[in-house]
Amino acid sequence: MSKKDMPIEKSHIMMFARSIGDPNPIYYDDDHANDSEVGSIIAPPTFTQASAQFDPDYFLRPKIDGKGWFGSGKEPTGAKKEGSSSGGDGGGAAMGLHAEQHFEYHRPVRPGDILTPETKPGKTWEKDSKRAGKLKFSESVTEFRDQNGELVVTAIGVGVQTEKPVEN
Amino acid sequence: MLDKAKINVGDTHSEVVVEDLKRTQIVQYAGASGDYNPLHSDEIFTTKVVGYPSVFAHGMLSMGLTGKMLTNYVGDASLKKFGVRFTNQVWPGDTLTSTATVMSIREEDGETLVDLNIETTNQDDITVITGSAVALAK
Repeated sequence: MSKKDMPIEKSHIMMFARSIGDPNPIYYDDDHANDSEVGSIIAPPTFTQASAQFDPDYFLRPKIDGKGWFGSGKEPTGAKKEGSSSGGDGGGAAMGLHAEQHFEYHRPVRPGDILTPETKPGKTWEKDSKRAGKLKFSESVTEFRDQNGELVVTAIGVGVQTEKPVEN
Repeated sequence: MLDKAKINVGDTHSEVVVEDLKRTQIVQYAGASGDYNPLHSDEIFTTKVVGYPSVFAHGMLSMGLTGKMLTNYVGDASLKKFGVRFTNQVWPGDTLTSTATVMSIREEDGETLVDLNIETTNQDDITVITGSAVALAK
């Protein structure tokens, strides 16, 4: 396994389906799923986004090695300014938002699969916006291949860095 | 799976995919997806440091909720493509309605494919997601 491999497990699929409020038994009930046309439990269409769990360096997860975390603790942000001992301006780390997400499905994701994501940077572009200042967009293309090297899901994400919080 | 004999261009399918979204469901999504950005769970950080009025849902939670409507309509393991643009934020307390509209029905490489337009709106009729999907039909 490479270091970011995503082993697909039934309990994780069930938790994910619950979090999106989806009671479809194809996501947790073996008896239902095995008798269905699909033939087994499968993952919901946005499930590969949870591959973040398997990236040891994922930047939006508090680390267990004492590297700090920018969310609130004693202070509103745990991010420290240079030369300061108290919480400082941690807002910059959180100005990235998700602008677009596209999936292409080559086959369903099933428990027992081991998906290997490979991400390549895509296009980048800029745009001015009244609601959030200058916007910097960047695209990334992730191919999820299975244990046999076959393509299962292609995920294209577009992130945006905003100059200021988005006004409603 | 959609039955091409029973669908027409212009058909729509709508579902309320969440009512009065709770902060706890957003936390649940953070735990399941692994995206712990404090913008989605940490009210103090989000209001005091970043300057938003409150925490808000992950875009991917809105897409997941929208996907529930879609799979209910087109059936399990029938999606070929699903893509969205996040046009507005989703806040605790929001009630979201997702709609799929049949745009075209076509044959390609021996398969019947249905092109769908996707839209999710909140209780104020503000669009939070626009997108499209391609589903296999029989």
